[in-house]
Amino acid sequence: MISERTREAIARVNTRAGDTILEIEGIRKEFPGVVALDDVQFRLKRGTVHALMGENGAGKSTLMKIIAGIYAPDRGTIRLRGDQVTLNGPLDALERGIAMIHQELALMPYMTVAENIWIRREPRNRLGLIDHAAMAERTRALFERLSIAIDPLAEVRFLTVAQRQMVEIAKAVSYESDVLIMDEPTSALTETEVEHLFRIIRDLKARGIGIVYITHKMNELFEIADEFSVFRDGQYVGTHPSSEVTRDDIIRMMVGREITDMFPKQEAQITDTILSVRGLTLAGVFHDISFDLRKGEILGLAGLVGSGRSNVAEALFGVNPASSGTILIDGHEVQITSPAVAMTQGMAFLTEDRKETGCFLQLSILENMQIAMLQEKNVRMGFVEQRAVNSQCDEMKEALRVKTPNMAERIGNLSGGNQQKVLIARWLLTRPRILILDEPTRGIDVGAKAEIHRLISRLAGEGVAVIMISSELPEVLGMSDRILIMHEGHMTGILDRAEADQVKIMELAAR
Amino acid sequence: MANVQIEPLAGKARRQMPADLGIVMVMVGVALVFEVLGWIFQGQSFLMNPQRLTIMILQVSVVGIIAIGVTQVIITGGIDLSSGSVVAMTAMVAMSFAQATGYERAVYPSLTGLPVLVPLAVGLGLGLLAGMVNGVLIARTGIPPFIATLGMMVTARGFAKWYTKGQPISFPSDGFAAIGEGALPVFIFLGVAVLFHILLKYTRYGKFTYAIGANAQAARVSGINVQRHLVKVYALAGLLAGLAGIVTAARAETAQAGMGMMYELDAIAAAVIGGTSLSGGRGKIFGTVIGTLILGLMMSGFTFLRVDAYYQEIVKGIIIVAAVVADTYRQKARSKGA
Repeated sequence: MISERTREAIARVNTRAGDTILEIEGIRKEFPGVVALDDVQFRLKRGTVHALMGENGAGKSTLMKIIAGIYAPDRGTIRLRGDQVTLNGPLDALERGIAMIHQELALMPYMTVAENIWIRREPRNRLGLIDHAAMAERTRALFERLSIAIDPLAEVRFLTVAQRQMVEIAKAVSYESDVLIMDEPTSALTETEVEHLFRIIRDLKARGIGIVYITHKMNELFEIADEFSVFRDGQYVGTHPSSEVTRDDIIRMMVGREITDMFPKQEAQITDTILSVRGLTLAGVFHDISFDLRKGEILGLAGLVGSGRSNVAEALFGVNPASSGTILIDGHEVQITSPAVAMTQGMAFLTEDRKETGCFLQLSILENMQIAMLQEKNVRMGFVEQRAVNSQCDEMKEALRVKTPNMAERIGNLSGGNQQKVLIARWLLTRPRILILDEPTRGIDVGAKAEIHRLISRLAGEGVAVIMISSELPEVLGMSDRILIMHEGHMTGILDRAEADQVKIMELAAR
Repeated sequence: MANVQIEPLAGKARRQMPADLGIVMVMVGVALVFEVLGWIFQGQSFLMNPQRLTIMILQVSVVGIIAIGVTQVIITGGIDLSSGSVVAMTAMVAMSFAQATGYERAVYPSLTGLPVLVPLAVGLGLGLLAGMVNGVLIARTGIPPFIATLGMMVTARGFAKWYTKGQPISFPSDGFAAIGEGALPVFIFLGVAVLFHILLKYTRYGKFTYAIGANAQAARVSGINVQRHLVKVYALAGLLAGLAGIVTAARAETAQAGMGMMYELDAIAAAVIGGTSLSGGRGKIFGTVIGTLILGLMMSGFTFLRVDAYYQEIVKGIIIVAAVVADTYRQKARSKGA
């Protein structure tokens, strides 16, 4: 058994550096309502770090999950060391030598480092029980090879994020993996830890391992990556050696879309300031955010995932209140301690995650739509004035063109776009003056998208002040009067509609 | 145009009827099985005996009352294990304020012959208080409802025993005993059921209860004060347990610390058999009432067939699990089919 594995490992190592180890062609992956990847190709060479680049939603994560066996592609071929393979789940991929270092690290906190690494493959003694001494010894040998200094007998929960990452890498190496996928591995590391990680990565490269590397940080790209591939809207854009391009070239490749007339923004009368935010801070998450929002204005909030955009919205609406700073509405300071308080100020908040914080999936469309409007109005002596509520909901359903024969249908049975319309209806029924929309068109089809854009524009025309968070730059550029850009919890600029373009935003967002 | 009008109605009927109808059919099925077995083994009808049926409902009325409170707790995604013990606690305390005039060995000899409103208020108040403690613990400290109400279960039972050092309390006033007389407990049970049916279906309280159970995060973002609402829900469950305690004591004309033993589990079983989902967001009082009647039918039917009490429990356990398994499959089929 062991000798066979060793032989296989030797066979893997014997292939020369620079050989193609993983080759992907014509991959397509669809999710309900969206095409995540369309005819995508990718080729990883032995002994190189290959970075996947693209905006949020470009398809990098989907591709990575296909390589790791988490998703099965709808179409296309995967060739591993020259042979065409079908990956049946992450375990199958791991056994074939493809390992993924998870972003949300997938270790068991109450087990030791050694137990985590050798799980399912524990060395056993003569009685068939786990041989802890042998396991620790193996771990030590493994760590020595990788120059990692962690006690194999420490429980994982006591390790730092960086140390956990090392353990994950060691685990991947212990499987003799020669394809390693790293998703934003440096996002939680300090500079010294990053250096250590890069040393290990270079060492792995020298051993002939191919590394798929996802990052939003340009500097890292030039420091560690040999090649990079750019993706945009689920399409493959191109592959280049990182030595031959500049940062600007890459940004251009990432954003190179033309803004079409998909965003029918109408001119709205922008009048008085309704919301003023001064020095808003949530310690450790975002810092010193200040802006004004006027009636009829659409303020775009741009930035990469993790830049703190959604956290600012959550703080404004009282979901996770800010730790310092002031919020003024109509010139009066308000303490927004909960969503209920925000709603009394005429605010409404469409959250980013429909499933987690939006829909009541088991409840009907009607129940989902009416829930926020039952705060003060529409209730008499505790009884819901159902007749009046029904007619308002029906009206809203017609206005937003929610496609359903029946308001008693479960919302879980609707398409993403229709679910989103129901949630928007929920908030419009509260007659908000300030509407915060977090990714209002994520994961919905093009038709519904255009309808929602038209609706947002119309609301602004009626004097509603809108804050719109979006990862899609064309959407932000097409819809916003002004755009606030964030980077790692800080405001890096506010651009006017006239001066903003994709490259300027990306420069402020990606640094 | 006519088609457009009719289709939604047909859709509604197709989707909603089976859930309610299904549980009624199960009840009818159980009744018919006993009817047939009755003719085979006992040579007489099970159902054609109004007295037996009255006793059957009477027996489960108390469990039914607490099951209604528990149902709304389960709809929020929680659980209440304390109701049986709260029944005992409130039975004891209410009875101690309900003893007949001049009874020498009364718990409070100077407080005999009080108007019936006093023990009623004391019992309901105590139940409400116990429920509020549950609710505040769960909402404020964030400990799991299982643990909070487990604590209340043990504590309330202990309180009931400590209250008279284990002695039963007897000799209620006629007014108090009247609460448990004849079929009155049945009417209390059904009255409470109607009230809570309305509460869950037509009031904001009901809408919020379902919303919290379906998705507490989304409920909070929709402006619902989830913590405050949970306190109300558990408090009402406690209130109903208090009412059940009063009815139990009045019907037995005595109160003992061992009353209501395991009622919490029967109540949960009734709710679950009636289609209330333990993961929250789904359930109906109507289902719970039918679930309670199914439990009653089984108890009464086994007794009628002279089946050993031990077998009764074995079969009851199996039926509870089978009901939940069946419901799980039904849910899966439903979300896939649509």
